[in-house]
Amino acid sequence: MAITNLLRLAFLALQRNKLRSFLTMLGIIIGVAAVIAMMAIGEGSKQSIRSSLSGMGSNTITIMPQSNEPGGVRLQGSSIQTLKMEDITAIEKLQSKNINGLSPVVSTSGQAIKGAYNWPTTITGVSPDYLNIRQLKLKDGILFSERDVKSFAKVCILGQTVIDNLFPDGSNPIGQIIRFKSIPFQVIGVLEPKGQSNFGQDQDDIVVAPYTTVQKRITATNYLQSIYASATSEATSDAATTEISAAVRESHRLTPAESDDFQVRTQAELISTISATSSMLTVLLTAIAGISLFIGGIGIMNIMYVSVTERTREIGLRMSIGARGQDVLMQFLIEAILISITGGVIGVILGVSSAYLISYFLNWPVLISESSIVISFIVCAVTGVFFGYYPAKKASNLDPIDALRYE
Amino acid sequence: MEQKILDIQDLKREFVMGDQTVRALKGITFDIKAGEFVTIMGSSGSGKTTLLNILGCLDKPTDGSYYLDGVDVKHLSRDELAGLRNTKIGFVFQAYNLLPRTSALENVELPLFYNKTISADERKDRAIKSLESVKLAERFDHTPSQLSGGQQQRVAIARALVNHPVMILADEATGNLDTRTSYEIMALMQELNAEGKTIVFVTHEPDIAAFSTRTIMLRDGKIQKDSINTNQRSAKEALASLPESDDY
Repeated sequence: MAITNLLRLAFLALQRNKLRSFLTMLGIIIGVAAVIAMMAIGEGSKQSIRSSLSGMGSNTITIMPQSNEPGGVRLQGSSIQTLKMEDITAIEKLQSKNINGLSPVVSTSGQAIKGAYNWPTTITGVSPDYLNIRQLKLKDGILFSERDVKSFAKVCILGQTVIDNLFPDGSNPIGQIIRFKSIPFQVIGVLEPKGQSNFGQDQDDIVVAPYTTVQKRITATNYLQSIYASATSEATSDAATTEISAAVRESHRLTPAESDDFQVRTQAELISTISATSSMLTVLLTAIAGISLFIGGIGIMNIMYVSVTERTREIGLRMSIGARGQDVLMQFLIEAILISITGGVIGVILGVSSAYLISYFLNWPVLISESSIVISFIVCAVTGVFFGYYPAKKASNLDPIDALRYE
Repeated sequence: MEQKILDIQDLKREFVMGDQTVRALKGITFDIKAGEFVTIMGSSGSGKTTLLNILGCLDKPTDGSYYLDGVDVKHLSRDELAGLRNTKIGFVFQAYNLLPRTSALENVELPLFYNKTISADERKDRAIKSLESVKLAERFDHTPSQLSGGQQQRVAIARALVNHPVMILADEATGNLDTRTSYEIMALMQELNAEGKTIVFVTHEPDIAAFSTRTIMLRDGKIQKDSINTNQRSAKEALASLPESDDY
């Protein structure tokens, strides 16, 4: 029998028992809608956790010096002088697609002075990329340029804590001169306050200046305390780490036998922990929804068995006038699939709209992924085939003689 | 006219029930030529239904041979039997077996749905012609519940004719009908027979057998009598002779 005829037949059969077909579908409708809505909520919360994490600079990669000689007195990383500008150049030469920001870090602490006020703080010498890497934003003013870096310009950007202490009268710091370790710096920008870090550190107690200025004019050194880089995303941060390690090893001329004299750290661990938690939430919600879809499938199976029994004589007749087992099988299978797919379509619509309603009324973050729609749709079709197959097989295996005379 | 539609040689059918073997047919031999109108008669338990199932390719013999229109039925698979039923046999049942809530036209079209070589247009065409030949041209879109018993049986006959079978196989086709309507159906059968259709009619009513050209009598799984009916009764005349008041 042609597929169009089979479809028409199935449609007519369902139409004859409208209420029953609808009730059967209801299981699938609720199942699919639940899967989609639950996945939307799960994915939404995962996404919102992630975006707040990357607001903390979650893609940041830190390269710190480290002694590679286990014997002897080990020194703290900051006093090891192995990281140089050559390492930066080596990493830059990679032109890696995975890295979208790179900055040396030279810092030293000291007293910042403005008129009658002073404040103990840390000056951080960096390149202009640094602000992007650390997800710092300018509230006011401008960022120093590459040219300022080259010319050891005495310019700086202040964090909110420093401003509060040096300009307690609330005057605009931009354009003013402050001194750090007796070197005058012109304030050209102000950072947006970031508050405390996860570990209780005040992230606004900061003075940012070109690293060349800090190296030449304050610390009088030519090594770097650390290098900051940022990966394009969480996913690429592992690849970026590997690339950076290799580049720095080469620049340090380490033989394969020697261990690293630096360490590369990412925040991936934190992210993966939190992602795993929210993934578990998604899996849990989806599993619950999946169970209801499964129950919907059993509902289809149940009704299909009833339908086969009810229509035994019809099956007998169809067989006696030439329907093969396969024809009968297809007839009932397509009926089951039609129920599940129609239910699936309605379920998708219901699921998507309820997800939007949830986000609208409860302000929950929801994210409807196309994959969840596609998956639940496929699951539906598979449910139809799976749960429709046994009743249909039973129908197709009927003996036409018995079926014709079935009472 | 001399072509054999059916050729049965020493046909046996046994059923195994537990440790007992029931021998329903104990060796039957006969053939039916094109254009014959045969009634198969017998009381309950005579093997009539078993024979009918085998003739209708719903069941296969245990032993012996059955050729339907030159095809050896014994070695066919389930699907091949279905194909044979679809193209060679037109079934008419006692209980009509029409699909409920389905128009007469669609009921008649049904066998052709299972024949892939027939297009949708041809299917409809043939179904209309078939319904016209049983004089139900006015009732294409009536569902079985809107038709009388006699009309339903005529739809069933139209369905049996639509695939141009080599044989119409009727199983107690008048069993559910009153005398007048039975005669009407038999008149239709005679008409079809006159047009050259081969008809095998299973019944237990002797007065129905009188309308056929040949009667095979079964008893206890064997042929008791196989006789040509020289004195065929005309169903039309029988109908005319029924008293008017009988029309209750």
